[in-house]
This record gives sequence, C-alpha cells and structure tokens, in this order.
Amino acid sequence: MSRLNDANEVLAKEIIGRYPKARSATIPLLHVAQQQNGYITNEAIAHIAELVGATSAEVLGTCTFYEMFKMQPVGKYLINICTTMSCALLGAEQLVQHAEQHLGIKAGGTTPDGLFTLERAECQAACTEAPCLQANYRYRYRVTPAQLDQFLDDLADGRLDAEIPPHGVVARVRQSIPVDRGVGAVAPDEVHEAPAWMSLGEKS
Amino acid sequence: MTDTKSGTEPEAAVPVDPNVVSVTLNGRAIEAQKGELVIAAAQRHGVYIPRFCYHERMSSVGMCRMCICEVDTGRGPQLTPTCMVAVAPNMVIDTESEMTKNVQQGILELLLANHPLDCPVCDKGGECPLQDQAFSHGPGESRYIEEKRHFEKPIPISDLVYLDRERCILCDRCTRFADEVAGDALISFTSRGNETHITTFPDEPFSSYFSGNTVQICPVGALTAKPYRFKARPWDLAQQESTCTTCSVGCRIVIDSSRDEVLRYMGVDSEPVNHGWLCDRGRFNFESTKSADRVLQPLVREHDELHEVSWNEALAAAASIIEEAKAAGGAAGVAVIGGARGTNEDAYAWARLAHEVIGTPNVYSQMGDGLPADLLRLDRATIDETASATTIVLLAPDLKEELPVLYLRLREAAEKKRSRIIEFTPKQTGLTRHAWRSISYEPGSQVAAVNEALADAEIAAQLAKGDVVVVFGRANLAETITASVQALHRLLAAAPGTKLLPAFRRGNSVGALQVGLRPGAGGLDTRGVLQAAADGKIDCLVLVGADPLADFPDTELARRGLAGARRTIAVDTFLTGSSARADVVLPACAFGEKDGTTTNLEGRVSNVVRQVSPAGNTRPDWMIASGLATALGSDLGYANVGEITLDIAINVPGFDHVTSAALAASADGVLSGTPTAIWPVTLLEGTAPERNSYDLRLVISRTLYDQAVGTATSPSLAHLPRGSAVHLHPLDLARVGTADGVEVKVRSARATIVLPVVADASVVRGTAWLPWNNPGPNPGELIDCFAAVNDVRIENL
Amino acid sequence: MSSYTWAPGFIDDGDRPQIVTSRFQYEDGHTLERYLATGGYAGLKAALARTPVQVHDEVKAATVLGRGGAGFPAGTKWGLTPVEVWPRYLVVNGDESEPGTYKDRLLMERDPHQLIEGCLIACYAAGLSQCFLYIRGEMALAQERVATALNDAYAAGYIGRNILGSKFSVDVVLHWGAGAYVVGEETALIESLEGNRGMPRLKPPFFPAAIGLYGKPTIVNNVETLANLPWLLTHSAAEYTAIGTATSPGTRMVAVSGHVKRPGVFEIVNGTTTFRDLLYGAEFCQGIRDGNELKAFVPGGGSAPWFLPDQLDLPFEAKLVGAAGSMLGSGAVMVMDETTDIPTAAHTLTRFYAHESCGKCVPCREGGTWLERIMERLADGRGTESDLAQLLEIGQTICPGPFPHAASERLGLEAAPFPFKMTTICFVGPSAYTSVHSAITLFRSEFEAKLIKRKLIPVSVGATDDGH
Repeated sequence: MSRLNDANEVLAKEIIGRYPKARSATIPLLHVAQQQNGYITNEAIAHIAELVGATSAEVLGTCTFYEMFKMQPVGKYLINICTTMSCALLGAEQLVQHAEQHLGIKAGGTTPDGLFTLERAECQAACTEAPCLQANYRYRYRVTPAQLDQFLDDLADGRLDAEIPPHGVVARVRQSIPVDRGVGAVAPDEVHEAPAWMSLGEKS
Repeated sequence: MTDTKSGTEPEAAVPVDPNVVSVTLNGRAIEAQKGELVIAAAQRHGVYIPRFCYHERMSSVGMCRMCICEVDTGRGPQLTPTCMVAVAPNMVIDTESEMTKNVQQGILELLLANHPLDCPVCDKGGECPLQDQAFSHGPGESRYIEEKRHFEKPIPISDLVYLDRERCILCDRCTRFADEVAGDALISFTSRGNETHITTFPDEPFSSYFSGNTVQICPVGALTAKPYRFKARPWDLAQQESTCTTCSVGCRIVIDSSRDEVLRYMGVDSEPVNHGWLCDRGRFNFESTKSADRVLQPLVREHDELHEVSWNEALAAAASIIEEAKAAGGAAGVAVIGGARGTNEDAYAWARLAHEVIGTPNVYSQMGDGLPADLLRLDRATIDETASATTIVLLAPDLKEELPVLYLRLREAAEKKRSRIIEFTPKQTGLTRHAWRSISYEPGSQVAAVNEALADAEIAAQLAKGDVVVVFGRANLAETITASVQALHRLLAAAPGTKLLPAFRRGNSVGALQVGLRPGAGGLDTRGVLQAAADGKIDCLVLVGADPLADFPDTELARRGLAGARRTIAVDTFLTGSSARADVVLPACAFGEKDGTTTNLEGRVSNVVRQVSPAGNTRPDWMIASGLATALGSDLGYANVGEITLDIAINVPGFDHVTSAALAASADGVLSGTPTAIWPVTLLEGTAPERNSYDLRLVISRTLYDQAVGTATSPSLAHLPRGSAVHLHPLDLARVGTADGVEVKVRSARATIVLPVVADASVVRGTAWLPWNNPGPNPGELIDCFAAVNDVRIENL
Repeated sequence: MSSYTWAPGFIDDGDRPQIVTSRFQYEDGHTLERYLATGGYAGLKAALARTPVQVHDEVKAATVLGRGGAGFPAGTKWGLTPVEVWPRYLVVNGDESEPGTYKDRLLMERDPHQLIEGCLIACYAAGLSQCFLYIRGEMALAQERVATALNDAYAAGYIGRNILGSKFSVDVVLHWGAGAYVVGEETALIESLEGNRGMPRLKPPFFPAAIGLYGKPTIVNNVETLANLPWLLTHSAAEYTAIGTATSPGTRMVAVSGHVKRPGVFEIVNGTTTFRDLLYGAEFCQGIRDGNELKAFVPGGGSAPWFLPDQLDLPFEAKLVGAAGSMLGSGAVMVMDETTDIPTAAHTLTRFYAHESCGKCVPCREGGTWLERIMERLADGRGTESDLAQLLEIGQTICPGPFPHAASERLGLEAAPFPFKMTTICFVGPSAYTSVHSAITLFRSEFEAKLIKRKLIPVSVGATDDGH
C-alpha cells in the first residue's frame, strides 16, 4: 500500500489548491510521494494521476523525466558526487573512485545494508567550492578524500541525523499560505480583466 | 533606404484578398492562405518538404526537425522548422538550398543512428516514410558505429497494437494522437534524452477505441496492428477506396487485399467525414469477412434441419413460402424487416420486392432500437455543420460508444473551443467532460430536463448566440422514444432554425429508410410486426440481415414473434440466433464483397466496393431480391448494381443528383436531399409514470464492443466486450444493500436476471445501467418495449 | 574578513558597489528581522507609492539586463505581453544549473526576502496576478529558506491579499523541480510548471510573454534579475545606470571556478570589469593556482565557447564578448591551467549536455549522444583521425555554418563571432557541441597526440615491408 497516506493526501490537496490548474502540482506531489516512501511507487503515480486529473501514463512520463525521482528503492543516503567541469578539474573522478572503494560499490549502486547509494552527478551549482557533493541534497564543499571518509562514517553512525534527513525528504520547511492572506488560484480561463491595482493612476 | 511606412505614399487601389499571403517558394511566387503553415503551403504548391512528426490533423510539435528549411522573413535566411511557422507576407522559402539539404541529410543520418534497419522483416517496409525519405533526402550511408539502443522487441501495448521501441524515432505522433485527438493519453514518453521511449503505465494498456490510428500514422514500423502483422508486403496489396458501414458515420477507408483476401482497412482523410481516423471496431472487423462461420450456401429446412441446396431450389422454396403466406392471409401476412446494414441498392431492390412484388405494407429496416423515420424530414445538419455549430445539443446516446468518429469530431469542436456542448443524458458519456453543460436526467423526464435548462438564462443566451445543432438519438433502449422526441420538439421550438443530426446506429439506416424500406400505407413497424407475429398474424417473416433476438430491445417479444411467425426466410452472412431458426437461409455477401452505395447519418452517399470475391456461393442482397422476384414471377429488371443506382436517382426524392458520375467525381460522396415521402412529423403523446422509490429506472445502451456479429466473428475483437453487469451509482449501493462485485438479481416486471454489480459514478442516481448485447445474461429480457419506461429492483441472491 | 562561512564562496573584498549581495555579510541575512532592519521591503513600499506604469518605466530606464544567460532587458520583456490579455503570470527561474554557475542559489539561501520583494515589484508593475517561484529540486536549503521567508512575509502582510493595505494582491507560490537541467530554458520551465516533461516549446512566434503558462502571457525572469529591483526602487534608474556602462549597467554576480588561486563568487561592476581583473586581481581570484600558466577559460557558463589568454582584457560586456566569439551567459567563468587535459575537460561538458538533452529534437537527442561517445573515445586515447572529422560533421547538423570561436595569436586564428545557426529548439544541443568545437579548434594537437597508435602486426617473421 503505497498510495499517499491520509495526511499526505490532505497535503496534496492543499498544494493542488495553489495552482490555477491541478496538473501543475504533479512534481510537488511526486516529491511528497518520494518523501513518504523513499522512492516512487506505481501506486503513488496512479494516486497522483487521480488527484491532478491526468492519466497514470502521463504522470509516469513526467516522473521519469526528472532525475531526482527514483522508481526503485535507493539507500537511506543518496551520495551525489559532482563530476561536471569545475569539479572534474579539481579531482571529482578521484573522489568518485575513493567513494567507490570506501563503500565497496560502483557508482550507481547501493550498499548491501541499504545505507548508501552512490551516483555521479552533474553540476550542482557550487562550482567555486569544487569538488563538491550532496548527500540527500545537502552540500559538502571542497571535499578531500579524508573528509569524504569522515563524512560517510558520520552519516553511517547517525551523527548527522539532525542535518541530513533520509532520502525522499528534500525541504523540511514547506510553504503554507494562510487562509486569511492568500489570494487563491483562479482557473486561467476565468480571468478576463486586468488586476485591480493596474487601474491605479489611471483616473484623473 | 526605402521608406516602407504606411501612409507615406498612396497605395495603388488593388483589391487584396485578406486571406491570401504572397510568398516566394524556391524562387517562384505563390499564394498561400493566411495562417497556413509553410510545410502545408509548400505541399499545396507541389513542393514536398520531408517530415516525420508533422501531421496535418494534429498540432505541430517541431520534434523531428526534418522539415527545417531556409526561410527569410527579412532577417536573412533562417533555419526554420516549416511545420511550426505560418506563412507571412513576403516570406522567402528555400527548400532546396545547399544548407537545407545538408541539414536534412544530417538529420536523417541521426534518425537512422539508432534505428535497427530491420526493413526486410518490418511490416512497414515498402510504405515507410523513414525508408522512403532516407532514400529521397538521406545521406546514402551511415557512419554510426556505436552500439544502438536496445529494448525488448515488440511489446503489446494493447489488445490490438504492438510496439517496437527500437524502431521508434520518437516523433510524438502516436502520443499526440492519443492525447489530443482521442483523449486517451494512455501512452507517453518516458525517461529522458537518448533514453526516451514510449510506454504505457504498468497494467494500464492503451485500451483506446482508436488505437489502430496510431499504427496508421506511425512513420516507421514501431507500431503494428496484431491483425496485420506479417500478413503482407505493401507492394503485394491491391487497394480501393470504400466506405465503412459499421456505423452510420460512414468513414472513408481504403480496403487492402492480397490474393483475394481482405488484409486491412486504412482510414482516408475525408474532410467532411472522418479526417483520416477510424475506430478500432470499424478498422479491424474485416476479419469477420473471412470467418469460417460464414453461411456460404443456400439452406433449406427439412425435418427440422437446415440442408445445403442450390440457389434455384432455395429461391423456389422461399417463393413458395411467400406465395403460401399471401394465399393464406393476403400480402399483409408477409413482413420484411431489416436491411439497414446493406447498400442503398440492396435496400432499394428489397423495398421494391416487398412493396411492389409481394405487395405488403409491413416493411421496416429499423429494429425497434432506432429513431422515428419522420425525423429525416427535419432540417438536417451535416457532420461539418455540427462540428462548427456555436452550440451542439446532445440528446443522444454515448457517441463514443455508438458513433466513435463523430465523437472525435465533436470532441475536437469542444476542445478547440469552436462549439459549446449542452448534453442531456441518462448516463455520463465520453463527451461529458467536454460539455459546457451536462444535464443528466432520469428516463421519462427529458422534457422536464429540457424545460429546466431552457429556463436557465445562460443556456438560453447560449442557444440564442448562433447556430444550434441537435444530435438526436436513442440514449436508452429500455424506454420508448416518446419522451426524447417530445424533448426534441421542445428544443426546436425554443431555438428556431436549429438543425438536426440524427444519430442512427446502423451503417445504412438513413439510406434504407429513404429508398423505401419503411412501412407502406397502414403498414406495421418492426415492433408491430413482431407483435402481430406473436399474435399469429404473420405467415411469413423475412429477415434481411436482421437478428431480432440480438437487436430488438424486448427479447421476449422477439422470441414470441419469431416463434409465432409461421415461416421465416433469412438473408444473412452468418447463422445468428434468429436466422438459424429460419426455414430458408439465403447466404449474403459481406462488406468488401459487393459494389454499391451507402448513405450515412447526414445523408451523404458514397460508394462501397467489391475488393474480393464473394465468399462461397454468397450473393449481394439486391441480387437475392432480384432472384426472389423472378421466382415470384416478376422481374425487377436489374442486371447489375449500377442500374439500381440509376433507378434510385430517377425515383427516390432527394437522390436525383446522386448518380454514378457524381459519385465518381467526388471522393467525399454526395449529399442526398431531404425525403418527401416519409410521414409528416408528429408529436408523440404520453408521459412516463413516476418511479417507485424502491425501484431503479432502467437505462440500457450500447458499448462499442458487443456481441454484434461483425465483432463476435472477428478474432481480434471478439474478446473485447466487457460483459454484462448492472452498473449502479456508488451512492446507491448502500441504499439497495449491495456492493461492487456482488452478484444480484435484477427484477423487472418482465423477468429476473442475475448479474454482478459494478459501482459506476457515471450512472445517474436512481437508475441502473446495463450494457446491451454483452456476454452474459441478456438485459433485453427485462424490457417491455411498449412501456414508456422500465423500472427494476435490485435484490440479493 | 571578506568571506563568510555561511555564504560559501562569496567574497566581497575591495570597495565594489553591492546591489544584490549587501546582506550576505550577515549570518541572519535570510531572516525577515534582518531584512527589515536593513531597509527590506522599502522598495515595495516605494513601488506602491507609484503607479504600475511609473514603476515599469523606472525598470525600463535602468535597463536591468536579464541575468539568466540571454541578457534581455527585463523592462522590455515585461512590455511584450499582448494588450489586454489577462491573466498574466510571473515565473521565477531559480533552476540554476548551467555548469560553472553559482549565484542564484546564494541569493535564495542568503537573501530570500530580497528575491520575494523583487517578485512583488515585478508583479505590481506588469500586472502579473500570480507568481511561481521555481527553485531547482536539488537545492534543499534554498527551498527551506525561501519557504520560511514566504511564510514570514505572508504573515507580515507583504504577500497575499491587499498587500500593505493597498489594492495590490498577489500570491507567490513556491514550486520546486526534480532534476533536469533543460528546465532552466524558459519554455521548458513552463512545461515543467504545468506538470509535464520539461521539453522546450518552439518560441517564435509565441514567446512566453505572449503565450506562456496555461497559454497566458507569462514573464519568466531569473532570480538575480529580480533581486536587483528592491535596490532600484529605493534608489533610482539614474543611480543604477551610474554603475557600469551604458549597454551593461549595474552590477552582476560572477562565479569563477577551476584552476585559480581563490575561486569565488563576486558581485562585479558590469561592463567594465575585465577577465584579467577577475582571474588575476587581488580582490578577486589572485591568479592561477600554483603559479601555473592559464591555458583557456570558459567565459560564460558551460554553453559558452572557450577563450584563450588572448581574450583576458575583454570586459564583461555582451557585445564585445560576442564579437570575440563567445558569450557572457550566466556569469560563470571556468578556468583551465596548463596542466589541463583538454580532451578530457571538453568531454565532461559534452557529457553534461548529452545527458541533459530532453530528447525532443533529433539533432540534440541523437547527435549529442553521438558526440559524447566519440569524445569519450578520444579522451581515453581510443580515438582515430576520422573521429575528429566526424565530430565536426555532426556539429554541422546541430549548428550548420560557421561556429563562433576565439581568436588565437598562437594559431594565427581570427575570431568567429556569435551567434550561430541551429537546428534545435533550445541551446542544449548546440551546447553539447560548443566544447567539442572550441577544444578541437583551439587545441587540435592535444587530440592528435591522444589518437590511437595502430601498429601493423607483421604477417610473418622475415616478411618484407610490402608484406612479401
């Protein structure tokens, strides 16, 4: 049973409500599903399709386009080592090889204990801090092999639990629009006039 | 510098057509239409720009980049995907420049990079746009030495279609068709970049009624149709254009055959009718033509068994049955029902036989599930007029189930916001989600529903806004047509000038009615005939391709009628429940085995062709009528079908311009005129009784796939009907004390049948919906065809 | 101190004007408290005191250039919406992922309210009734910071209904992606925001400003672009254009990475700062690491053709850089010193773009991957002479005709200027070819040195040279 649970279905409906068209919530809801299960299940896709008014095939098409969505279980920690140019110039490949040795897996694999999945990643927008990596999308900068060893050990031993949540959780803070403050989304075809403030300064 | 600002010098007063855009194509001035895409304008002027993703009936996506040419709009020649850009004044288009050719060659090389080039074993080889354009616009050789993409070889994506992802060039045609045209977005691109491929969602196959179209529009051999796989090579096919007669839309098709065997139908892009699309039932039911169960020899019953005889013997036997009947009870003792599935010529010959030779007024082509024939006298709309009307009112069955390509046309009208749909329906339909207003009603309350809608100021304003077309048909087989006709007339009165598109179901319903398969003075309709037969008043019942046990929506009356008729003659392609009981069976040609014309629901007459030899010893219906007339001592005077076409033009009002020459000149067919010889329009009387609150009102309607003979005898389609069941609104389940999937008794005043319950939110609360003629218990048992409405009670076993 | 542990990479040495990075010095620069204490939301108030048209005119007068890569002036872009077509939307492009680029993430993490205020000013001026703030999926902290800022700003009355008691009402919705570089392209961004695969739509004649999100007029602006607006509104267009040059006013954020002594993110004066300043200046990167020689650099993100030491004295000015054969792009300089293996370095970029192809246009989907495979072979020393020719021919299908490149005194090469022709919808396909073309054009000998050395195996002992 890996549809969205009741609490997440409520959350999903709140997210959908922010958009002029429900379909726009597809990617945020896939994140909610991945947060719930650690990866994306077919049942979750079917559930999201129902919620946003698409077919399951369409949601699957969207889901598989984006790299963060995993259709199979991955480790508790997804270690993405950037290998694009700036990082490559400063030793990213050596860092990958070091991580492979440390974890005893090849990039793309998951450790038998289910703790780590190692991936070669593309540019993570931290190019001045090369070589860099992300663990569940939390950065480590200018990483040396020794620091990598320490980091992986810290993760394995739970010393970083406060900072780095398990795979699936990205942002731990969500937007929440207060009912009394929100304007509310309107279907695009139901708006025909300029917003009220655009008439400021027109009269007189 | 030349000052080109307007107003600086007076323009010469040359009248300019605002819809014409002058552009230069390969150095020559041409006139394009405003808004026309460059690729289409070039094609109209004889320049074919290569393409894979572009399809004239779908929106452009600019995916394959094959149609890139150099186009100059004043900024110098730019590489422009000509499927994405409309013509603009003074545009200079060069489809033959060095750069254009280099780009096209380069792109073809890239398209072939991952293509398996397995042409020798590919169904598409010989009619493959990739193969053809690789020859005409390609580089001649590939330098790609890397490993190609690999996928599991063809995977079924539906009951009818296989997908080979290695051959696929990702043109987005099938996916666009599924989403944009059919509204069944069940196939999608998945993954990204070089790994992109087409797939369905696990356990959700591409079960679209229109899946076969994707095979036809696939520009490579990635999508293949199960019934055609490895059956033939394109260069071995003989083909002719014809008209599909599976339903009354009359889609234009090409029949492809090889070695005197029909192998496939392909849709033809007929502007006023089907835009190239077909439904899967129409596309694939050609298989029934070559079914081993066809009746191939005339049969005569002796000692309660049918025996093969010669045509002469069979016709003589039939004639003597008719003579005896006439002798016993007069000509009115003979009744002829059916004939809406054949050609106009078949119908006309049978009408003459019945009315002139036999002399009976008891003739009818409809099977009690149709529409009042006098509707044909109302101002009729064409499909085009309907699909471009400001307002389309549906007082009709689910068009997606009954007239699928009409559904596509109207869906498109709503999607493109050309038309607003106002739907009145006893169950949600395929068009409900495209309707501007969908008003559900309980059978019997149509007039109240229409009155209430007309009182709504927005609806009234909408109806007054522009032209209105009512699509009118039989939404429920478990009620008489009375309430719907009353509602129709209420609408016609409220919106003067409204036109009507009659949603007849069977292929040639309109043609059969117009050319004469309708009662003579004082004659009976089919219900009357069956009632009279049941009462012992019919001595000879002639079934012309009619199967009352399967078609007539009151199975008990059908059974009593067949039993009560003293003798029965059947003209049929198969031994059906009804024709198997006949005394004489005259084997008829099937579609594809005979020439003639057919008339679709809008009155459009188009040709049907004989593409293969008649199976066994079968004959076209008209020839059987002719032979029977001879056996009865008369002569219809026809030596070939063309003479009947001519006779119809001479004698049938509205058909005077429908000549063989006119038909030959117009591939899209010829619109016939309004008939004059059908009864005047009358308002039916009567109101439906109130429903007891313990009961549910019965709604029975058709599904695309049912046990109709053409479907049941086509192996690819035969397993597609979903089966008989009683569908209830989820909120009614508790009230009647049952649950989804539970078997219950469905009890009407007539009978009780046992069926599983399906929870179905498309059903109106307070009603019970059952599909017609699906495998399982027959809901026709529940219907009293004389009752204005039928109610049922759901009881636990 | 000139750098801050909470803003990794950011360096504000020297006495440069700070328009968008002024709060990076505060550890709590991302909080509403600090934002308000440092003049926050004053720009919004200044905007609301004027008419939307006046605000729009101010932005136009300042010529705030788009910072996402194309450099199109924001004020002009806002004016491209069709007359009287409503609603109109704002989509904020926070999908920063161009190789070498690191600035928008800092702006979102360090000063989210500044971005939000910029969004509000844009919505007010251009009549945009809803704002979608699209943040790259992999940026967890940026999402958290912006979410917190939005929640605080809603509660304080800066976003939502009747903002600060005015008639101005707008929702700012945080949206986040899920990992696809191509979504940084504005039409792909819109597709993604509609819940679809992020595949670009063909633009002309339908730019998003005319037909965008849900088919409605949509302004897509980069994070840094919008972050300029609060300052602009509390100051003036005149003060803004007093910084930089007439064609490139204001400042811009630039990340310099690779083989420099001190890689970092700097807010530089637009139009006048040169690459030499950046790479060698004491307040910037302080030279090449280990005293090595500069071999080449990528001046404007991974999509930009490479420059050589010959081009060091060019300033950050779009036209001059374009004429010299490259582009400024997204403010990202990647530096390669003399130790760099050029085929390998180029391959990392080709691999990036091949990997990030959306799969829509055939030249990119098939051609990009083909380029990548050949480049991999060449970088690994398994390539042949014909592979080099093949690369350039595939490039001709993606980008037919002359392709821009830098001038080189060493090679006696004249510059080929921007732009180039292309057969794809967006720049991902051409970008896969850019590094291939630059590397082969400027460093062909390095490829040749790595070609596979085929040795003929003697047919038999004692065979003569001609095989007999």
